[in-house]
Amino acid sequence: MKSKMQKKNNPDLIAKNSNSLRESFGKILTKISKKNKKIIVLDADIAGGTGLHHFKKKFKNRFVQCGIAEQNMMAMAGSLSLLGFVPIVTTFSVFMLRAFEQARLSIAYSNLNVKIVASHPGLDVGPDGASAQCLEDLACFRSLPNFSILSPCDSNEMELATKTLVEHKGPIYMRTGRSNSETFFNKKLGFSIGKGKVLISGSDFYIIGCGVTTLRAYKAAIKLKKIGISVGVVNMSTIKPIDFDLLKKISVNVKAILTVEDHSIYGGLGSSVAEALSNTNIDVYIKGMRTFGESGEPDELAKKFGIDENSIYKEVIKLKSKYDKLKK
Amino acid sequence: MKNFYKKTSNLRIDILDSIFLAKSGHPGGCLSCVDLIYYIFKNYLNYKKNFFRKLDRNYFVLSKGHCAPALYAVVNELGIIKKKEMLSLRKINSLAQGHTHLTQKNLWMGANTGSLGQGFSFAIGYALGLKKINSKKKVFTILGDGELQEGEIWEGAMFSSHHNLNNLCAIIDYNKLQSDEKVKNIINVEPLKQKWLSFGWKVLSIDGHNYYQIKKVIDNFFKKPQKKPTLIIANTIKGKGVKFMEKNPFWHGSVKITLEQLNKAKNEIKNAKKK
Repeated sequence: MKSKMQKKNNPDLIAKNSNSLRESFGKILTKISKKNKKIIVLDADIAGGTGLHHFKKKFKNRFVQCGIAEQNMMAMAGSLSLLGFVPIVTTFSVFMLRAFEQARLSIAYSNLNVKIVASHPGLDVGPDGASAQCLEDLACFRSLPNFSILSPCDSNEMELATKTLVEHKGPIYMRTGRSNSETFFNKKLGFSIGKGKVLISGSDFYIIGCGVTTLRAYKAAIKLKKIGISVGVVNMSTIKPIDFDLLKKISVNVKAILTVEDHSIYGGLGSSVAEALSNTNIDVYIKGMRTFGESGEPDELAKKFGIDENSIYKEVIKLKSKYDKLKK
Repeated sequence: MKNFYKKTSNLRIDILDSIFLAKSGHPGGCLSCVDLIYYIFKNYLNYKKNFFRKLDRNYFVLSKGHCAPALYAVVNELGIIKKKEMLSLRKINSLAQGHTHLTQKNLWMGANTGSLGQGFSFAIGYALGLKKINSKKKVFTILGDGELQEGEIWEGAMFSSHHNLNNLCAIIDYNKLQSDEKVKNIINVEPLKQKWLSFGWKVLSIDGHNYYQIKKVIDNFFKKPQKKPTLIIANTIKGKGVKFMEKNPFWHGSVKITLEQLNKAKNEIKNAKKK
């Protein structure tokens, strides 16, 4: 009765659209867990929101309710991994920050096999507003030794990434996503940690996205092609370790690289790309957040803060005219 | 019993020697919890080094990780590490880091420590994991009294009783002093017993330097089936065994011990041993 009431009062808590990244994650993990008995899920009273309600229903004995107590949850995951489990720590990305130090000391320091899977990252959270819109997680967790950082772009890639995440030995931080997302990633491209994928080749510029921004970059690139600008698109779903070989390869013939992320410009995808290319001649432009967000629908917020398809489109046109002038 | 006091006197000397050589460390707290660590390790984790790789075994976490030198002294005494390794405390390239660092080669470390509260959660994870693999083995952890000011402790306390972790025993090294001052002057943690009882734990209180009392509660926890997680309030003396260190927050650390102080302290411990 109680849970029904909660659902009624708080419809947002239940991931309705089957195409949201959190729902795909929850479903695929549940499927994998039928065979992989080592998977154990730690939840902080938010399984309805993280997509793990699927798992909770199926595997009661491997679902650990930690309550709203993220620090204890995170540190426990470390010792559970030493007992042979593959602990999946789940809550909203913003609350992962609360347990950041636990991830540092009780997981990263001993290179333990724990998977942190964070839903509700970025402006994509929408109406809950700035307090819940985590724009700092990639920066924080990227700075931890031994951690790999993932942010798949759609449900197809999420499926592949989740399979890889579970098999990989070592700590991983992965973003899912709250909002409904279109499915466009070609599964044949596959998934491996540390590899970006070229979705479109280009000769003028490359746009690099991760998570929700990849599709926006993809759509912008198609429009730009129509007006004669050849823009390549890379889905960089591994932010760390960054795919340096691919970055080198795509930077050879283009004028500049533009990164777009639903995250702070300090320390996320853009920083990662710029650091990797810091001893090369290619120009890197970073689009992302510099301030806190606010309440609103994800698409309205993306537009307002300049990380939507149209902002990317305009940015590339600006870059085009800048480099055309330079040529003269 | 006599042997126990002889051994713990030697451990006290090892602790002081290693902190002296390191030129920094936390002697006060080491001397208050070393008897407890020794009893638990000697009786319930006296494994060969490689045995620590086994999952189905007892676990120990020194959550008050600044007292790592006491743990190093104990595992040296039991032959798990070499004396050279113990005395490399806080030195470059050493196994004996300032706070415990758990690696696949040194699983006896129990947890990474140095940030209070985390070791407790780590111990809880072991206790939960053991239950999930249907093991009858048990988990010990030693907490500082000042450590109880961490919110994570109370997250873990609630979790443990809710999930009925009757295979977990937490011991509070209640020496009544923390880094700067008396615990009661910083943030009072009392009433301890009532707090833990109300969190659904079984609570016992002992003299944490008395062999018989330690033996009684630890053996009882280990050998008899428990209904709840167990908390032992071990009343201890910070700096125990060295008069000029006892009950003086200065020796919480991180402090340097001079050669003169070291000799004075060692003589006192040796003389007490003879009696």
